[in-house]
Amino acid sequence: MLSGISLGQYIPGDSLLHRLDPRTKVIGVLAAAASILAFANWQGLVLTALLTLIALLVSKLPLGIILGSLKSLWLLLVITFLLQAFLTPGTLLAVLGPLKISREGVFAAGEIVLRLALLILIAFLPTLTTPPIKLTAGLESIISPLQRLGVPAHELALMMTLALRFVPTLLQEAEVVISAQRSRGAGFTTGSPAKWARSLLPLFVPLFAGALRRADDLAVAMESRCYRGGANRTRMNALKFSAPDYVVIGVTLAVLAGVVALRFI
Amino acid sequence: MSSIIEIDKLSHIYSPGTPFQVTSLDSISLDIKKGVFLAIIGSTGSGKSTLVRHFNGLLTPAAGNVRVCGIDTADKKQRRNLWRSVGLVFQQPEHQLFEETVFTDVAFGPRNMGLTEAEITERVHEALRLVGLDPLEAARMSPFCLSGGMRRRAAIAGVLALKPQVLILDEPTAGLDPQGKRQLMKHIEEFRRREGATIILVTHDMEEVALMAERVAVLNRGRLVMEGKPREIFSRAAELTAIGLDLPAPARLIRQLRLLGKPVRTDVLTTAEAEEEIARLLGETQC
Repeated sequence: MLSGISLGQYIPGDSLLHRLDPRTKVIGVLAAAASILAFANWQGLVLTALLTLIALLVSKLPLGIILGSLKSLWLLLVITFLLQAFLTPGTLLAVLGPLKISREGVFAAGEIVLRLALLILIAFLPTLTTPPIKLTAGLESIISPLQRLGVPAHELALMMTLALRFVPTLLQEAEVVISAQRSRGAGFTTGSPAKWARSLLPLFVPLFAGALRRADDLAVAMESRCYRGGANRTRMNALKFSAPDYVVIGVTLAVLAGVVALRFI
Repeated sequence: MSSIIEIDKLSHIYSPGTPFQVTSLDSISLDIKKGVFLAIIGSTGSGKSTLVRHFNGLLTPAAGNVRVCGIDTADKKQRRNLWRSVGLVFQQPEHQLFEETVFTDVAFGPRNMGLTEAEITERVHEALRLVGLDPLEAARMSPFCLSGGMRRRAAIAGVLALKPQVLILDEPTAGLDPQGKRQLMKHIEEFRRREGATIILVTHDMEEVALMAERVAVLNRGRLVMEGKPREIFSRAAELTAIGLDLPAPARLIRQLRLLGKPVRTDVLTTAEAEEEIARLLGETQC
């Protein structure tokens, strides 16, 4: 249940995608998301799909992990497909009692599911190929120009880093607490909603107590090393664009431009 | 004596089929007799905690067989009830307390067993007294107000109240002061005497092993490398140090004397025995 790999967890590797600057990957995802959501028509969608396919092949991620990210949202995909297929009026293909499937409906459903699937795959690519620390460093660098407008870029990035850092820890702790309470006969899944909520107390009280304890310890550890916000902090590993980054950004923006062109010209 | 836990070629793999795959137990076979005090030792990451989680069905074998009290843990239905006969005290159990008072927390297990209120109260009082806590005071104290050592004892009482046939403790004395350690081991011994329970102790404290255990199992990188009486195990000092373990302090002292060429026994375990040997040695040299 909680064991194994959590969704979108970083998979260590040495592919071109792994080595790219995190900012490149964020820009790439934003460009791809913009083209999928806002601009792409059929031809544009095929173009974006090709780009996604190439990115997946380059990433050398195991097929199981890629499919796993889709599997997690399969229900959304299926429901979207059915709604589109049944509720779009047009030339009738088949009738199942009160339900009518139209040719236009099937096409629209296929298109929207493809859009969603592409979006999911693309959104998971950076988290699968980038250590969380690097990814937040990239995000911080991208939003740091907003600091002039009063956006606390460093603090936001730090919060994200800490949150990401503690996800596996909390999962692990949850697993231990569940095991420990099970060893005293706790059942976490039975009974009415009220009973069920109450049965979760043995899990959540220790988990929250643990999170607060950890937060305390972490604050002390940071303060004892004289941490104080973003003022003039430098990075141990400074981010640097190299040739592949420029190529990838160029290609992604070219594809975005192509998609826009296909739509409006 | 009959076996209470039979382990046959048990293997366990974490995250199989992913890049994070780790074989944490590798073909372990071990027979644990009813009523015995077994210590499981091994360096960090040797698979001790993973092994004991197979004993009450929290984990099931990737390969091999575990039979506890005659029940095959691969059997889903029967596995669910194993907690009634096999009590498992986790590392730092004080972090699992959750109820408003110590009393209700200790009562959590007995209540899940479906006992009557009178039986529950009796078991909670007995368990609290066993670990040296005052049952009447516990009824109105929040576990979060207790000191670290008292919380540890309250949490252990929560498992003792189940009156398990097999009591497993995963590093129960880690982080306690010397007196707290001695007291806790005394409470466990007392529980064992009263209930005739089998005790399985996972520990890094070799003095504890020397003092309490009747059998010792040594794990290294997921394999069972030695099993026997403490005296036999600790006489294989070179092998133990090779896998990152140590001897009890008295045994270490006597071994040093032996290495200096003094004629001392090789199988000394406790302080009393070491004293005796040294007295004998001094007596001989004075003559």
